Amino acid sequence: MNRSLILGAALTAIFLVAAALSFLWTPYDTETLVIANRLKPPSAVHWLGTDHFGRDILSMIMLGARTSIAVALVAVGIGMGLGVPLGLAAAAHKGGWLDEVISRGGDLVFAFPSLVIAILITAVFGPGATNAIIAIGIFNIPVFARLTRGAALSLWTREFVLAARVAGKNRARISVEHILPNVMNLLIVQGTIQFSLGILAEAGLSYVGLGAQPPIPSWGRMLADAQTMVTLAPHVAIMPGLAIVLMVLGLNLMGDGLRDALDPRLKVLRT
Amino acid sequence: MLAYLAKRLVSLAVSLAVASLVIFLVVEVAPGDPASYMLGINARPDTVAALRAELGLDLSKPERYVAWVGGMLTGDFGTSYTYRTPVSQMVADRLWVSLPLALYALSLSTLIAFPAGLYAASRRGRMGDAAVMGATQLGVAVPNFWFAMLLVLLFAIKLGWFAAGGFPGWDEPLQAIKALTLPAIALALPQAAILARVMRSSLIDILGEDFIRTARAKGLSPGQALRRHGLRNALIPVLTIVGLQFSFLLAGAIIIEQVFFLPGLGRLIFQSITQRDLIVVESVVMLLVFAVIVVNFLVDLAYAAVDPRLRTRR
Repeated sequence: MNRSLILGAALTAIFLVAAALSFLWTPYDTETLVIANRLKPPSAVHWLGTDHFGRDILSMIMLGARTSIAVALVAVGIGMGLGVPLGLAAAAHKGGWLDEVISRGGDLVFAFPSLVIAILITAVFGPGATNAIIAIGIFNIPVFARLTRGAALSLWTREFVLAARVAGKNRARISVEHILPNVMNLLIVQGTIQFSLGILAEAGLSYVGLGAQPPIPSWGRMLADAQTMVTLAPHVAIMPGLAIVLMVLGLNLMGDGLRDALDPRLKVLRT
Repeated sequence: MLAYLAKRLVSLAVSLAVASLVIFLVVEVAPGDPASYMLGINARPDTVAALRAELGLDLSKPERYVAWVGGMLTGDFGTSYTYRTPVSQMVADRLWVSLPLALYALSLSTLIAFPAGLYAASRRGRMGDAAVMGATQLGVAVPNFWFAMLLVLLFAIKLGWFAAGGFPGWDEPLQAIKALTLPAIALALPQAAILARVMRSSLIDILGEDFIRTARAKGLSPGQALRRHGLRNALIPVLTIVGLQFSFLLAGAIIIEQVFFLPGLGRLIFQSITQRDLIVVESVVMLLVFAVIVVNFLVDLAYAAVDPRLRTRR
């Protein structure tokens, strides 16, 4: 086991557990506003302090983790769910029109600045977590399609695939039974990285008011609320930001660690 | 090279056409009629109809698309639904903030990343390398708008060295540059982290090449071999990333402008979203996408000019 995998997995696990726990319990109720308690610095009573409505920041971060994780996870799901089959299909029909359409389509999506398109989508269809998921998810599709295609292409020349062809299996079946299991490691690593990018994207969209809407707590939203209070109570801005950094750092370290742990040969394929 | 150029030009045109179509269609399906929105709920139907005609909203969708694209090609971006002023004028005013900000951030990112990557590569596997790599790992994880808030907290509020936000205009160039400094640092940090990693791995790849070994065999020190033979070769992929980062920075400026209350394209987009001034949103988004696609195209061309193998690979 390598160190970055352990550290990354531990950091990620803290947030996953906190998010899961928040369904059952948070240190304080965040729906009742205690104005007398507002902007209290971190203390033994409120470990991370309180916000401008007197709500406990630790509880808010636990609830916000739910939003961040849910948005990023579903966005990765969209990317994998659509991107992987497209990548497999493109590799199975290498050089054909399908491959061309999928590859050029991917290039086109890559050419768009993702944040700008996310803003366009949420601007037109209205802000909210669902539209943020769609906006982030769309950009995950070509990432997984390209990765799957690249890895699958090299597998199609391997002997076990040739053997399967001789045995009479069609391309779709070979893709699912022989190619997919062999690209799974790569997909898991990339999934971790896209997950961390999704957390950052969700935070950014929520910060500008286009992601999760109140009363759904979200880390980006907490930072937006904190902006005007940063002089009075810096902890209000520092704590949610630290949560984002630690979660993203954890996922990135885990991605790096997984890459090395699952298959050292991946280092060659990395680019 | 000419055949490659022609192929890339066709691809550029197709990308721009598809991008414009996608943006147009996305905005088209937006609920609500701009004319009714502008005139309010008590407007008479004939007034609404007259305004619709004035704005060209009574034309069919294909006609409107052609008119919009045609207008953009000639510099006419339409008229803002809210302010009734030409969108091109609004965009031009704001571009004088966003563009310098992106260029400033790009320079900073390059200035930080090059020495950092070079240092890490030359200390590969040692403490210095680990420290730089750790810092870049952190840099990639920090959301730039949060970093921006921390910068404001430290340098504007605690130390009072910079203003916490706002932009004085270019009449006072030094003040303008000062106002853009914290936003540029905030934008540059994550990009510098990425660039330093690319720089490091590119240098490490090059250092394993035969020609470096030959240079060393000739009696050059590792540092000399790196400076005379390694650097130039390692810079090719790094410069590609620098080019691509420009578009990230231009788009990233949208959020950073919110933190610093800078009157750039980002604030224009958000104001227009709040006012449902979709023609402005549509045009600014198209402009940003255009910038990204064109920069990518230029990077591709520059890369092909330097590395002839790429011209035939596709």
